[in-house]
Amino acid sequence: MNIDEIKTHFPQFEANKELVYLDTAATSLTPQIVIDELHDYYKNFRANVHRGLYKEAEEATKKYEEARRAVADFIGAKEDEIIFCAGATHASNMLFSALADTHRYTEGDEIVTTVMEHHAMLLPLQKIAKEKGMKIKTAPMFEDFSINHLELENLMSTRTKIVAVTLASNVLGTINNDLHAIVEKAHKAGAVVVLDGTAAVGHMKVDVFSLGVDYMFFSGHKMCGPTGIGILFGKRKLLEDLEPSYVGGGMVEDVTEDGATWREAPERFEAGTQHIAGAIALQKAIFYVEHVGLEDIENHCRKLVQYAKNKLEKLEGVTVYTGKPENNIGIVSFTVEGVHPHDVAQIAGKQNVAVRAGHHCALPLHKKLDVPATVRASFYIYNTEKDIDALVACIEEAKKVFQK
Amino acid sequence: MSEEIYKQNIIDHYNHPRNKAKMFEPDIEQVAKNPSCGDSYILYLRVTDETIQDATFSGVGCAISTAVSSMLTEKIKGMSVQDAKKITKDDIFEMLKIEISIGREKCALLLFNALHDALNSLE
Repeated sequence: MNIDEIKTHFPQFEANKELVYLDTAATSLTPQIVIDELHDYYKNFRANVHRGLYKEAEEATKKYEEARRAVADFIGAKEDEIIFCAGATHASNMLFSALADTHRYTEGDEIVTTVMEHHAMLLPLQKIAKEKGMKIKTAPMFEDFSINHLELENLMSTRTKIVAVTLASNVLGTINNDLHAIVEKAHKAGAVVVLDGTAAVGHMKVDVFSLGVDYMFFSGHKMCGPTGIGILFGKRKLLEDLEPSYVGGGMVEDVTEDGATWREAPERFEAGTQHIAGAIALQKAIFYVEHVGLEDIENHCRKLVQYAKNKLEKLEGVTVYTGKPENNIGIVSFTVEGVHPHDVAQIAGKQNVAVRAGHHCALPLHKKLDVPATVRASFYIYNTEKDIDALVACIEEAKKVFQK
Repeated sequence: MSEEIYKQNIIDHYNHPRNKAKMFEPDIEQVAKNPSCGDSYILYLRVTDETIQDATFSGVGCAISTAVSSMLTEKIKGMSVQDAKKITKDDIFEMLKIEISIGREKCALLLFNALHDALNSLE
C-alpha cells in the first residue's frame, strides 16, 4: 500500500495539509471518486428510482440496483437480501421492530448479547425487550478484551430468540469473527443471529454466507461512503416472512381503503425515497476499498495497532484498552492519568490530530472498564506510523500542561 | 479572550479545585451529569435567609467543567439567591477568560445549569 498516493485520493488532506485523521471509527474521510459520484447523480441524472419512464429515471434506477448488487457481492449475499437504509442505527431499529412485530415475542423470551455492543445495537434491543417483557442476557469479556464465547453460549436457552453480537468493537477494536459455534447453537435454539458489522465492514473481508449469520447491518460512512446510507442484510428466507416496521410509498403490492399487502423484499423494506445518491456513491466506496484491497487494509491497520500499542504502553500514566493486535480492526482506546479524555482530545485537536473522547456510544462497556470516558484513536488506509508519533507527542504535551 | 484554552488559572483550578468537598446535610443537592463526556458532579448549597451561605461540589470531569465548578462555587458564596439567579452563560465565559469552542460549551455550562436547576427548585 502506498499511503502517500492513497492520501492524494482524499481531498480533505488538501484542504488541511496538517491533518492527522485518527477518527475513522466515528466517520471515515471521503475519496474523490465517491464525491464525484454524488455530484454526478445530482447534476446529471437526478430522478426517483423505480417509477419514471424517462432517460434520467432509468439511469438512476439502473445505478441504484447496480449498487445493490455491488453491496451483495461485497459481503457475500444475494442482491434481494440487501436493504438500503439511512445507516446502521436506522437499520438496527427497523430490524428489531420488525422482528418483534413478526414473531410476537412473549414475556420471558430472551435476547443474548455482549458487553461490548454499541448503543445502536443495544438500545433498540432494550426497547423491544421492555415492550415485550423479554430478558436481556449479556456475555462478559475475557481479560484480553475478547468476548467470552463460552459464557455467551452458556447464556443461550430454548427461550432465546435473538443473539446480537458486534463483529468488531468500536472502542476496543476486538474482532469477534469466530462465530460458528454461536451461530450453530443459536439456530438449534430457534434464535436468529444479528451481527453489527459497522466497525468491521470495509476494514476486513466480511462474508455473511460463511459467517452464517441471519442479519447484519452497517453504515456506509465508516468505509469511505457518504453519510446517510447504510445496509441491512437479511437471509432471503427470513425476509420473506418479516413484517415491515416502516410503511409508505413504494413498498406495497395492493392498497385498499382499509389495508395493504406488501411487495417482496427488498422493496418491502424501502418505504419512501431512499438516499439514492448515497446508495450509488456507496458502490464507488466499495469499488475503492476493494481496489486498495481488504486484506491489505486489515494488515495495515493491524500493524498500526501494534505500533500504537507499543508506543502508548511505554508512556507513563497511560492505560491502553486493547487486546491482541492480530485480532484488532484498527482501534486503540486509552486514558491518561490526571488528564481527562476531553482535554487530551482538545490538546491533540490544536495540533490537527483528530481523535475522539467520550464513551463512544458504548456506556455499559465503559462501566465495565471502570472509566467514565476514553480517548480513541482509530486507523485506516490513510494513516501511517508518523500519525501515531504525532499523537504520542500530543499526549506528552497534555501531560506537561496538566503536571502538578 | 485568550485563544489558549489551558491557561494557568484553568489548570490551577483543575489541579487544585476550590470548594471540592461533600457537604453535610446541604439544603440543596443537585446532580450535574454529562454522560457523553463522562463528567459527573454534585453541587451542594446551603441557603438561609435567601442567601447562599455555602457552596461546594464533588465529582469528576474535564479541566473546563472542573474549573467552572471551582470558580462558580467561589463566586456564589455569600451571594443572594436573586443575584445568583441573574448569572448568565456569558458571565461563565467571562469568568473563564478563554475562548470556548462549540464542542466544549456543555463542559463550561454543566455546573451553571445545575446551579439554576438548584435555585429554581427552591420555589
